[in-house]
Amino acid sequence: MSPIDPKDVEVTRARMETDDVRLSLGGLLRGKRALITGVANDRSIAWGIAEAFQREGAELAFTYPGESMERRVRPIAEGIGAKAIVDCDVSKDEDIARTVAEIGKVWDRVDVLVHSIGFAPRSALDGRFADVTTRDAWRITMDVSAYSLIALARAFRPMMPAGSSIVTLTYYGAEKVVRNYNVMGVAKAALESSMRYLAEDLGQEGIRVNAISAGPIKTLAAAGIKGMRTMLGENAAKTPLRRNVDQEDCARAALYLCSDLARNVTGEVLHVDAGQNILGVVSME
Amino acid sequence: MTTANVEQKVKNIIADQLGVGEDEIKITSSFIEDLGADSLDIVELVMAMEEEFEVEIPDEEAENIKTVQDAVNYITTHKK
Repeated sequence: MSPIDPKDVEVTRARMETDDVRLSLGGLLRGKRALITGVANDRSIAWGIAEAFQREGAELAFTYPGESMERRVRPIAEGIGAKAIVDCDVSKDEDIARTVAEIGKVWDRVDVLVHSIGFAPRSALDGRFADVTTRDAWRITMDVSAYSLIALARAFRPMMPAGSSIVTLTYYGAEKVVRNYNVMGVAKAALESSMRYLAEDLGQEGIRVNAISAGPIKTLAAAGIKGMRTMLGENAAKTPLRRNVDQEDCARAALYLCSDLARNVTGEVLHVDAGQNILGVVSME
Repeated sequence: MTTANVEQKVKNIIADQLGVGEDEIKITSSFIEDLGADSLDIVELVMAMEEEFEVEIPDEEAENIKTVQDAVNYITTHKK
């Protein structure tokens, strides 16, 4: 791994005042091969991560689920120089097997796997939890949002060398009740627990597995949750840092977790939420 | 901002998001039926318009925005 030039870090720190600035660590992931799932468009958290990984020298490959996503993902993925762009519906084992085969054609190993996938029927994200959480809604949400991490980890494990890393995206709704997040919160709880069991299991091969618990961000997926977009406006003032987080904040955390900076960190849920999770619900204001 | 300005900007956003030519976009065009948008396109359009015009479009309102005219009407009445 290339050493970090302290000069780069100093310059970056000085510029941190302006939020637009992209962090440059001078090739933290140089030569690493990163498979990114879950990009829907250029607002996606996974896209922020992809851009940061590319800046740090990683090679990238992407998956998308089906045609309606392909026309969103392919143009931007090609624009960033993706080595492979594969159709993969993670609820289908044959799609996952085909993805492994396709990736195997361009790479002999995968150093980083980013899992940024979640799905719940929209009807389950609005209304009384007991009423809207049907057996079907439960089944598909758990399958796509939580089981997919296990399925992908199992499929790619043979390609992942010691020191490689898996990171998944979760949300506070896994830990505490967030109204309208509903069955998605249940699935995120299962995802976080699966992440820990995988960390213990894949630790035998030196593969690390972690999660980033991101504060609310205005993405295409988030727009499917009732009240999410209007909630964001009021949310910033309620965090310890009095701000919302963005894709770049998640990307920086992913750089840490997926590089050797975090070489002895596994099974961890890293909150990138401007401190929101430390707060109690009662405000004296 | 005049209504004509709003209309032009809305058309720009639609052209950009849906990848259609601006000359294909009429004020009466329906996003789904005339311009080939799917449900995700609609969400992206709403998000892009919220950003451009600094308005909030609640979900219940967004469901009623089906044509270019609907969008222009909503923005001109709710823009600060």
